[in-house]
Amino acid sequence: MASLKELKGRINSVKSTQKITKAKQMVAAAKLRKAQSAAEAARPYGARLAEVMASLASKVAGQDSAPLLMRGTGAAQRHLLVVVNTDKGLCGGLNSNIVKEAKIQARALEAAGKDVAFYLVGKKGRAPLKREYPNAKTDGYDTSTVRTPGFDEASAIAHELIALFETGKFDVAHLIAPKFRSALVQDPHTAQLIPVPAPAVASTSDSVVEYEPGEEEILEALLPRYVTTQVFGALLEREASEQGASMTAMDNATRNAGELIQKLTIQYNRSRQAAITTELIEIIAGAEAL
Amino acid sequence: MPLHFELVTPARLVRSEEVHMVEVPGAEGEFGVLEGHASFMSVVKDGPLKVYRTAGAAPEEIRIEGGFAEVSEKGLTVLAEHVAL
Repeated sequence: MASLKELKGRINSVKSTQKITKAKQMVAAAKLRKAQSAAEAARPYGARLAEVMASLASKVAGQDSAPLLMRGTGAAQRHLLVVVNTDKGLCGGLNSNIVKEAKIQARALEAAGKDVAFYLVGKKGRAPLKREYPNAKTDGYDTSTVRTPGFDEASAIAHELIALFETGKFDVAHLIAPKFRSALVQDPHTAQLIPVPAPAVASTSDSVVEYEPGEEEILEALLPRYVTTQVFGALLEREASEQGASMTAMDNATRNAGELIQKLTIQYNRSRQAAITTELIEIIAGAEAL
Repeated sequence: MPLHFELVTPARLVRSEEVHMVEVPGAEGEFGVLEGHASFMSVVKDGPLKVYRTAGAAPEEIRIEGGFAEVSEKGLTVLAEHVAL
């Protein structure tokens, strides 16, 4: 049985923990709204770019002259997994879910006899993946130096990836990132990044489109942008997912702390009452003995 | 009939409005787009985009960096990486 003083100390410490989790929850809720609207604002660009890509790709697809980024190296031996994690913790199971998805993909590729390397964005995925695959080559990009990673960071990541691809460091790249569904649900999602998968051909209009310069030149300029947009989308989804997961996790933590405080308070009151009763009994017994 | 003009950056949809004419700094020379322009697509070089709201009005200049311009039956869409109003 803990002493009264000990109980009081524990209640106080749980109370201060609750204060922290509550503050973090409120911060996450405010940031979530911002991250969500940023993700929504970025959608038109991605959609338009995909449309343009689809119409161009249908014209160039299948030809030998298609750009390297679309055609691929012709091999599929060396795979690069681009894993997008968050930089900060306190967001529930989000990061471990992403890492789990990355491990599943890596295992499937290794089972098929492929080589797997990693490219890690964000701090939280590094340690668990390095522990699991100490021999795999891992590069990464640090997004923790900026407050909210924007298009410039996405562009830097995409250009580094494209440079690695063009120097023949890998054949296929997959992007593993959280997909924000709601504050409660964020699923890790895997998509092929390089070679750029030919988008499903939308309704091709019959109108003759003139291109300036040629179709291939445009496509060549467009593909890196498309990769950048994919990475940018992943960063925005990550931001929203992090805040959503954080909000949910902190809400749970606050509620658990509340329950714990209640339990401890009841225990505290009981022991206090027990101590008083014992004292009374002692006094009365002493008085009667006289 | 006005021209439907959209200017989109990765961060947001900057403009979506009906205008008279837009002058775009294409990679192979500037070109003006009016309503009913033939379908056309071009790489855009860094430079000012001139938006004429009505015929003869003073143009509004928007500096754009890196992107594409697409003209279709729906109008003109400019995708730019950076925009300075």
